[in-house]
Amino acid sequence: MTETQNTVEFTPERLKIAQEMIDRYPAERQKSALLPLLHLAQEQWGWLSPEVMDYVGRMLSIQAIEVYEVATFYTMFHLDPVGKHVIEYCRTGPCCLMGGEEIYDYLKQKLGIQAGETTADQKFTLKEVECLAACGMGPVFQIREQYYMNLTRDKVDEIIAELSR
Amino acid sequence: MGKKILLEHINVPGIETYDVYRKQGGYTAVEKAIKTMSPEGVVEEVKKAGVRGRGGAGFPMGMKWSFLAKPEGVPRYLVCNADESEPGTFKDHYLMKNIPHLLIEGMIVSSYALGANKSFIYVRGELMYVIRILEKAIAEAKAAGFLGKNILGSGYDLELVVHPGGGAYICGEETALLESLEGKRGNPRNKPPFPAVKGLYQCPTVVNNVESIATASWIINNGGDAYAAIGIGRSSGTKLISASGHIKKPGVYEIELGVPVEEFLYSDEWCGGIRDGHHLKALVAGGSSVPILPANLITKLANGEPRLMTYESLSDGGFQTGTMLGSGGFIVFDETACIVRNTWNFSRFYHHESCGQCSPCREGTGWMEKVLHRIEHGHGSMHDIDLLVDVAKKIEGNTICPLGDAAAWPVASAIRHFRDEFEWHITHPAEATQPGAVFKGEMALV
Repeated sequence: MTETQNTVEFTPERLKIAQEMIDRYPAERQKSALLPLLHLAQEQWGWLSPEVMDYVGRMLSIQAIEVYEVATFYTMFHLDPVGKHVIEYCRTGPCCLMGGEEIYDYLKQKLGIQAGETTADQKFTLKEVECLAACGMGPVFQIREQYYMNLTRDKVDEIIAELSR
Repeated sequence: MGKKILLEHINVPGIETYDVYRKQGGYTAVEKAIKTMSPEGVVEEVKKAGVRGRGGAGFPMGMKWSFLAKPEGVPRYLVCNADESEPGTFKDHYLMKNIPHLLIEGMIVSSYALGANKSFIYVRGELMYVIRILEKAIAEAKAAGFLGKNILGSGYDLELVVHPGGGAYICGEETALLESLEGKRGNPRNKPPFPAVKGLYQCPTVVNNVESIATASWIINNGGDAYAAIGIGRSSGTKLISASGHIKKPGVYEIELGVPVEEFLYSDEWCGGIRDGHHLKALVAGGSSVPILPANLITKLANGEPRLMTYESLSDGGFQTGTMLGSGGFIVFDETACIVRNTWNFSRFYHHESCGQCSPCREGTGWMEKVLHRIEHGHGSMHDIDLLVDVAKKIEGNTICPLGDAAAWPVASAIRHFRDEFEWHITHPAEATQPGAVFKGEMALV
C-alpha cells in the first residue's frame, strides 16, 4: 500500500451509503456488496483505478484479486479514465433494424471519435454496449442512468448540444 | 382475447405510487395469503395455475417451488431475476418502471410461500434508474406494514434487497446470477446440485423471473383454477410480449396465450402490421436466441393451420419448421433486413457475452462471429456455410449452461431457412457489400 492509495476514500455521504449496502447482506457475506460498491465508486471517481479497487477490497476484507477479477468481468466498469459523459451506444440487432448503425456513424462523425475513445476536450467518451432492454424504442444509448431513445440525427444534435454546454 | 392480469392498471395515473396502487386493489393478495393461507396453500394455488417461467425456459413455477429443499435451521432464499438482457426483450424493464409495486407485492406473496425472510431482486446494472424506483416502492410498502418485522401481525418477517448487476448477459442464467449476487464473476455453476438444494450461499434457493413473480398476486386473489382457465392447455395465463423491429407499433403488450400469431402481428390492438409499403420477411418470436422463422412459417404451421402464441404452437414442427416462445422478445424483419448481417450481429453478441468457462462456447462463438463477419464483408467461401453449421452443432448441448445453445440456434436456423441469402453474399461480394444491400432473390414474403 502506498501513500497515494491511502488518500482514496469515499465522501462521508457515500461512506454512509456504502455501510448500508454492506449491511443488507447476511453476516459474513459482505462480499455480496462488491458490485454495489464498485458502482458507488465509479459514481464518485468516474472510473475504477487499481487504488480505488484496492480500497473497495479493504472495505470488504477481501483480496485485491477478488475485486480485479470482478471489475474486469462486467462491462459497465471503466478501467481507464473516461470523459465527463460516457455515451454507451447499443449495437445489438433490434436497434440496428431501426437505423441504429446509421445514427451511430453520425454520432461518431459528429464527435470525431471511434468506440473506446474520448474527445480532446474530455467531454465525451464513446463505448459500444450490447442490448439495453429498450428494443421497442431503438436506436438507444445511455449516459449514466439516463436512457436516450428513438434516436434520430436531430435528437443526437440536441443531446450533444445540451451536454456540451 | 383482451384479458389483462399484469397490465390492467398500467394507465392509471400515479400507479407507480403505493397509494394509487393500493386503491386499485394492490396488496390484497398479501393480506389474503398471510392472514388466511398457509405457505403450502399458496404453493398449491400457483401449481394449479400452471404458470410457466416467463424468463424464457418455460418451466412450471409451482413445480420449481415444490422442489425447494427445507432443511431445519437453514435459511431459504427467493431471488428475482431482473437481469433482462436477451436482445429483443424489454418487458420486465417496462413492468418494473411503470408498476413497481406489482413486483414487490408478488415478491412478498412468493417469499411467504417459500418461507424466505430475505429476498433479492437482481436487476441489470444498466437499469440503475429502475433500481431507484424499486427501492422507493419497497420503502413505501415497508411504511405501510407489508414488509419488515411481523408483517400484518402474523409473526412473518421479510426484507427485500435490490441488487445491481454489472453488465453481463450471462447473469440471466440462474446459477451465474447467484455467483454474481455473491460478489463473484458470473460463471454458471455445474448442476446438480440445483439451486433448490444449494443456491445462494449454498442454501436452498428459488430463482424466478420478474413477470413470473408478478403473476403471484393475481393467482392468490383469484385462485389457481381461474388462472389456468385463461390461455390454452399447458400455455395458461397471459404473457408479456416485447414487440420490436419493422412494425407500426413497437411496445410491450399483454396477450392471453393462444392469440393467433397473425392477429398479434397485424391487429391494431398490438403490432399494427408491417410498416407501410413493406412486407414481412422473417420473425424471431422469443428473443435473439430462438430459431428465426421465414415469412411462410410464421403465421401458419407446416400443416397449414394457424400458428398461435403458445409454447406448443410456436415450437410445432421442432426446429425444422418451428421456433420457441422464449422470453417473448418478438422481433419482426421486413424485406429491407439482411439476414446475414443480423446473424453476424447476434453472433457477435453471444461471443461478447460468453463467460469463457466452456471451450465449445468460448471458442465456437468466436469462430462463428469471425466466419459470419467475412461472409458479410465479401470474403466468404461456400465452404464457410457448412463450417458454420458444423461449429453450431459442436457447441449445442456441450456447455454447462444454455448460452451455447442460444448462440448456436440463431446461426443454424438462419442457414436452414435463408441459405440462398448466404450463398448470394459469397457469389456476389461486390453487390452484397454495398451499403444497405439486401438479397432480392426468390424468397417468400408476406
